Amino acid sequence: MALKNNRLETHQYSEYFTDIHPPFETFDAAVIEANRCLFCYDAPCMKSCPTSIDVPKFIKQIATENIKGSAHTILSSNIMGAGCSKVCPVEKLCEGACVYNLMHEKPIQIAKLQRYSTEIAIENQWQLFSRKPTSGKKVAIIGAGPAGLSCAHMLSREGIDVTIYEKESKGGGLMTYGIAAYKVTPQFCEDEVNYITSIGGIEIKYNHELGKNLLLDALQAEYDAVYLAFGIGLARQLDISGEELEGVEDAISFIYDLRSNELSSIAVGDKVAVIGMGMTAIDAATQAKRLGAKEVTLVYRRTQEEMPCTEHELNIAKLDGCRIIWLASPKEIVGREGKVSHLVCEIMQLGPADSSGRRSPVSTGETMTLEVDMVIKAAGQMPYEHLVKYNKLNENKGKVVINDKAVTNVNGVFAGGDCVNGGKEVVDAVQAGKDGAAAILEFLK
Amino acid sequence: MADISSNFLGIKSPNPFWLASAPPTDKKTNVVRAFEAGWGGVVWKTLGSQIKNVSSRYSSVNYGGKRMMGFNNIELISDRPLEINLREIYEVVKMYPDRAMIVSLMADNDRKSWHELIQKCEDAGAMGFELNFGCPHGMTERGMGAAVGQDPEIARMVVEWVMEKATIPVITKLTPNVHSVVPTAKASVEGGTNGLSLINTIQSVTGVDLDTLVPNPYVAGKSVFGGYCGPAVKPIALKMLTTIAQDPLTSTVPISGIGGISTWKDAVEFMLLGSSTVQVCTAAMTHGFRIVEDLCEGLNNWMDEKGYQTLPDFIGKSVEKITHWEDLDINYHHIARINQEKCIHCGLCYIACEDTSHQSIHVERGHPYNHYTIKDEECVGCNLCQLVCPVEDCITMEEHRVAPEYVNWKEWQLRGLPLNDH
Repeated sequence: MALKNNRLETHQYSEYFTDIHPPFETFDAAVIEANRCLFCYDAPCMKSCPTSIDVPKFIKQIATENIKGSAHTILSSNIMGAGCSKVCPVEKLCEGACVYNLMHEKPIQIAKLQRYSTEIAIENQWQLFSRKPTSGKKVAIIGAGPAGLSCAHMLSREGIDVTIYEKESKGGGLMTYGIAAYKVTPQFCEDEVNYITSIGGIEIKYNHELGKNLLLDALQAEYDAVYLAFGIGLARQLDISGEELEGVEDAISFIYDLRSNELSSIAVGDKVAVIGMGMTAIDAATQAKRLGAKEVTLVYRRTQEEMPCTEHELNIAKLDGCRIIWLASPKEIVGREGKVSHLVCEIMQLGPADSSGRRSPVSTGETMTLEVDMVIKAAGQMPYEHLVKYNKLNENKGKVVINDKAVTNVNGVFAGGDCVNGGKEVVDAVQAGKDGAAAILEFLK
Repeated sequence: MADISSNFLGIKSPNPFWLASAPPTDKKTNVVRAFEAGWGGVVWKTLGSQIKNVSSRYSSVNYGGKRMMGFNNIELISDRPLEINLREIYEVVKMYPDRAMIVSLMADNDRKSWHELIQKCEDAGAMGFELNFGCPHGMTERGMGAAVGQDPEIARMVVEWVMEKATIPVITKLTPNVHSVVPTAKASVEGGTNGLSLINTIQSVTGVDLDTLVPNPYVAGKSVFGGYCGPAVKPIALKMLTTIAQDPLTSTVPISGIGGISTWKDAVEFMLLGSSTVQVCTAAMTHGFRIVEDLCEGLNNWMDEKGYQTLPDFIGKSVEKITHWEDLDINYHHIARINQEKCIHCGLCYIACEDTSHQSIHVERGHPYNHYTIKDEECVGCNLCQLVCPVEDCITMEEHRVAPEYVNWKEWQLRGLPLNDH
């Protein structure tokens, strides 16, 4: 048992990491699906989309062969509509609300249709939005993730000159660095960022990190407004013994590594335990399995009833052959010669509901031990609390506090996305960026 | 099992499903295949003087993902030499004596030509004739086809010529490209025709190519008006059929119904409105001859379910149910009901009513599902909500008579009853 890279043949890497939700191959295929859409009024799918994409309209536009109009409908509500079509948990958003579910029929494949129109728009570099003449106003945005890009695009359309400061060397944020490789490719993320910025008036300065080589004071002095969209990043620690052992990794850096390097260079263990049952845990588990781990076990302290990931995601993990242990909470990581050898878990049972409304896990006092050589921790992410406090922003457990219009307590400073909500979907961040832009435009009036 | 065999003016067929005069019936190969598949009869594609066809010949209208909802052609009558057609008709009749073999005719516009053609076809074994007074393109410029059918006097003259010679039943096929099919139908009956068939195709332009700007179908950069048929024309055909089935004179002869018949239900509807047999073309051109299996089975099952033993038991039963507007019962009123158990909250009923009808549906906004209920006092019973609802039997119309007695418009006026409901 040992951590090892290069476990697969070259063709296996491309095979295992290919698109998990393949696109419509032809216009005819898309139209057959588009024609199934009932074109609901005040549509439940639209109401279930955090960015309120007019779903029936864009689907109808595919059916009428107005693909450009369809892409415009999507992107005017959600400039990352292409990426969202690949990463959104649609089964709990638009597709989950599709009225066909009430007829016990398969919902409209909204994401796949959305992908159809938006990919054509990006491939053809359709310029669907124009930028108003420069107003002379300048806005700085921290973070080129979904919130930052969405805010930037909206501002640029209104003639604002935007500079985005990004700590990584690529844009896209968690879309680029934090999502399973079979959902979006690095190339796609890059294309999407370029497509968004092709409107003009948006400059991205890479390798600029707030608090390191960038200071908020300086930005406030140089720009008319600042939008904070620096996300969250720090993996939550388990605070158990053995976390320092070789073979213990957090899911965020595991996925970051595999998104930024050759897949064959990523080492995984023979027997991998993944702690947690959120989307990131599923991503880490499936990616580890697909990288050649012989056995992957998801360990979660509650039951399926309380899990944060969707059933659809859980099924992906199950189909990939991942094992699931419910009601098990990591107690200790045991090592041998500095390397992980076992994971000891307390066996839990459900107690009364906690503040999240979910029944809380309570230890039974019994334990179980898994023989593993790798432990991936996906127990959530922590906000950049220090950064928030340092900049004298009102905070709640490290999350930036805003009023309902993206306004922070610091004059001229706005915020949105994961750094405010603690980590939600890409589509939520896109909406936050729109709200931020609206608040900034109001402020600059 | 019901008996679905048909006897049309003495021409017998095992079922009432004939293939209409069209490309599927223009040669032995096709017709033999059709008879093997189970079709009751054919109307052999129109014979007349030698013509030439062009390419392309067809175009269609697709709707909501469904292809060939409407179909249009610019083909002329048979372009094969008469002798070959006659020989093949002879051979097919020998092979399938139990099937109806009607031959469609369009001779040049003189008595002699008609007489000669009739003689040849009777010699070949035709069991009946159908006079093509309806072809809307190509032949009309030569004074034939619709040019005959659009003028009752010319139609009468030609029918008379035919009746002088024909010794087998004669059906006159009517063109719909007139404001009413009745005058020509009457003239034809007066001229002696034994039966009528309708409708021929409707003049049309199916669309324009948005790249080349040339309408369809395309012939070397140009197009012409074509004859429209297929599911799209069924309602028009049913209306025209009804006018023939209701007229005291034209209703004295049997009718063969044509126009967008695709399913056994369509066929039953045509028969209920007065068709003794039905003719099919577009549906066969879309799916092949195999569709006849379900036409027969569906008809049979429906007849069994309703207790009809033979076709005449129900032919024409709906004719008297179409009346004049002024005879409708004004006191009849019904109100839409939305079954909340079945409702899927699509809102289609609401938006149709709110935007385009009587604002009779109440919406209670919800997330993500709205709830829709009928405002009884506003509902005029127009049916629009029921028609747009995608769920079977979710919206039903509940009877709420305004008053018990029957009062029609004439009576209403006589009594000076109030006119403005709102």
